[in-house]
Amino acid sequence: MTSLDALTREAVALANGALPLTAAESEVARQMQICNACRYCEGFCAVFPAMTRRLDFGKADIHYLANLCHNCGACLHACQYAPPHEFAVNVPQSLAVVRGQTYADYAWPPALGALYKSNGLTVSLALAAGLALFLVLVMLRQGSLLSGPVAGGFYALFPHNLMVSLFAPIFVFSVLALSLGVWRFWQDLTPATSGAPLTSPAAAEAAQHALKLTYLDGGHGEGCHNEDDAWTHARKRCHHLTFYGFMLCFAATSVATVYHYAFGWSAPYALPSVPKLLGAVGGVSLLIGTAGLWRLNLQRHPMHGDAAQKPMDLGFIALLFFISLTGLLLWLMAATVGMPLLLALHLGAVMALFLTLPYGKFAHGVFRTVALLRCAVEKRQPSRLALGSD
Amino acid sequence: MSNVRRSSQIKEPLMTVDVLIIGGGNAALCAALMAREAGASVRVLESAPRDWRGGNSMHTRNLRCMHDAPQDVLVESYPEEEFWQDLLKVTGGITDENMARLAIRRSATCRPWMLKHGVRFQPSLSGALHTARTNAFFMGGGKALVNAYYRSAENLGVQIQYNAEVEELDMNDGHFVAAHVVHKGNDGAVRRERVTAKACVLAAGGFESNIKWLREAWGQNALGEWPADNFLIRGSRYNQGTLIKHMIDHGADSIGDPTQAHMVAIDARAPLYDGGICTRIDCVSLGVVVNREAKRFYDEGEDFWPKRYAIWGRLVALQPGQIGYSIIDAKAIGRFMPPVFPGVKADTLSELAHQLGLDEPTFMQTLHDFNQACRVGTFDHTRLDDCHTEGLHPVKTHWARPIDTAPFYGYAVKPGITFTYLGMKTNETTAVHFGGQPSDNLFVAGEMMAGNVLGKGYTAGVGMTIGTAFGRIAGRHAAKAALGDAFAGDVHDIA
Repeated sequence: MTSLDALTREAVALANGALPLTAAESEVARQMQICNACRYCEGFCAVFPAMTRRLDFGKADIHYLANLCHNCGACLHACQYAPPHEFAVNVPQSLAVVRGQTYADYAWPPALGALYKSNGLTVSLALAAGLALFLVLVMLRQGSLLSGPVAGGFYALFPHNLMVSLFAPIFVFSVLALSLGVWRFWQDLTPATSGAPLTSPAAAEAAQHALKLTYLDGGHGEGCHNEDDAWTHARKRCHHLTFYGFMLCFAATSVATVYHYAFGWSAPYALPSVPKLLGAVGGVSLLIGTAGLWRLNLQRHPMHGDAAQKPMDLGFIALLFFISLTGLLLWLMAATVGMPLLLALHLGAVMALFLTLPYGKFAHGVFRTVALLRCAVEKRQPSRLALGSD
Repeated sequence: MSNVRRSSQIKEPLMTVDVLIIGGGNAALCAALMAREAGASVRVLESAPRDWRGGNSMHTRNLRCMHDAPQDVLVESYPEEEFWQDLLKVTGGITDENMARLAIRRSATCRPWMLKHGVRFQPSLSGALHTARTNAFFMGGGKALVNAYYRSAENLGVQIQYNAEVEELDMNDGHFVAAHVVHKGNDGAVRRERVTAKACVLAAGGFESNIKWLREAWGQNALGEWPADNFLIRGSRYNQGTLIKHMIDHGADSIGDPTQAHMVAIDARAPLYDGGICTRIDCVSLGVVVNREAKRFYDEGEDFWPKRYAIWGRLVALQPGQIGYSIIDAKAIGRFMPPVFPGVKADTLSELAHQLGLDEPTFMQTLHDFNQACRVGTFDHTRLDDCHTEGLHPVKTHWARPIDTAPFYGYAVKPGITFTYLGMKTNETTAVHFGGQPSDNLFVAGEMMAGNVLGKGYTAGVGMTIGTAFGRIAGRHAAKAALGDAFAGDVHDIA
């Protein structure tokens, strides 16, 4: 369905140093041309209203729409052109494929974008490396993995400064790498989404949609799809448990860091303390959320999303589950013989998470937030089109 | 949850039920749900496989709704009288006022029931703002509606069978006895079954998918062409009209002209079946339309496009070769719904004629005459503006601007048939009639009786108004016929 027009645009873009559309991007452009002539799905989410502001779909438009999509499945089950129709429209799937490509294309340094391609392996290797590192460290320091309980707690095993020296560089690198990639994504999306700068109302709206997962509500507020055409809130709820659980755990660590440096209060903290409460609630929430997401992922309708990315999704879910599980066990078994082993497992898994932060599923939240921000900006600008009276 | 939903997919359905529903689209499901709610056991026979269930309903997007005050997604008001006048206008008076007004009144009260069964509404779509007052849009369109009704039916224990085509009925003096069903397995195996029921609703669609019948109905034109050979079917391939033919052959009273249908001019490249909404060409009123001889044949600017789109299918069907070419220039881009296929594009009009395969001198003359005749005032596509032609035949009464700004675009259009109007004559109970006498237990709904309201013409969303109103009425009456004293409620109680 490549028209002369599209070919011309492509040629001009190439001359300007831009890349031609990939096969996955061309497929999105093909499907968007069909959707734009139909528009029945306009009420479901932000993707379709954003589509109606366009007549042509260039590379940046396609990456923007791909990351705006939450893969709720509503437009697939409602689609009169979905397979077996010869138009073979499956918007969530075609956008998911491009989304996976976005993460790889915008990875920094670019060479590491390849880590997305076989992400299950990436996460496994990171986990193996993290575990090996800490197991060896425990062995070196204790002579045995089951030699606890250790007098003086975790820091007797791994002094605070050692932990910081191991984790801080990796964390700083990961945040930097992710930020550089996302910054480039923002810059590519901006001209394709009106070019207008971000305003506070737009940022507030996007934040609300990101934090509430508005677009897993189906537009009618009754939820999205998992295994079939029925609505469910399960995906949104499990994601909330996972995300907010993760954030609570992160907050626990942050508060503990402040305690350590600002007040000189060293871990471990007793149960009524702020870090412990945050960590306990967060850990349990993360455990339940990831278990739910795992189950839902396996039950997902086979036509939803990109099957090639399942290992990445499941790898990330499993890693978070393992971190929260070992973290909670560590707390419950701090005074037992298993503590050094559990500590090594927990820290190894956390290390794997840090290592893969910019090269795994974690990135989806950041890229999607950028798309939501640009969407909130764009929708506040008048449309260039005037189809009003047709 | 999924276990509950699937519980109705019984391996061996009951051999006999209270109410048998033949068809699986909107009208059929409305009837099934109403009959089930009234306490009847119900079995639905859908001839299509599950992936294609719902007939033409899966291509619909809204319901034309009477309302006296703003209602959720509907703005202002659309009173009964205005709706009736709109219908009177488009049908040229070929309608049954009682039946039309019944459907109109029921459209005012059916939506809470639709919501209860999982249908959700959304405000008028972009590019369709003209219908914000008159039409309630289904969120996600007709397939989402069909999915919701099937889910609800399964939850209520309605038995549903796909790939189940009814070929004929056993009748006894106007009384329904049994249906002969052909079950087609995925492996091609065929199993025949005779299904008895206490009452039956026919809601299996028109005969628009039956190309042989369309060919026969339209016959040959003065040029010796068979116009129907060039028709495209906008919807389901399963509406073969098997039962319409069977019923008429067996003495059921019929209504409607077999050449009358909802027909739209659609992109000539659309697939033969199921092209649906996206194949329409919405730029007619912004330019000119020429026929195969490169000559104009109708006023493209007669009225707003939503009020005229449904006459262009027939207009094109009456042209040689049943083809037309919608021609626009760069000024029109961004002012109409983007078409699904890119138009033929050229930098000059003669190049466009060449690419479209039209006779270049005639095409240039037609465009020259048109451009010369344009009296451009203040162009405004959102109202009936003062841009018109003078001294030209046929005239273009609105939005006439010279086609002079490159690039130029052309779209070939063919007649796209949505649904046919030939069906069963019925009354406000939806009973099938034989020699003027209503059947006591056989009812009809949807496209199979739409001809009672639509003698010709169409107005957006009225097919679903008819399907919903008479589907619900038919379901209630069928339940009452089947259950007698055990019927829960009142046939009129369908608010």
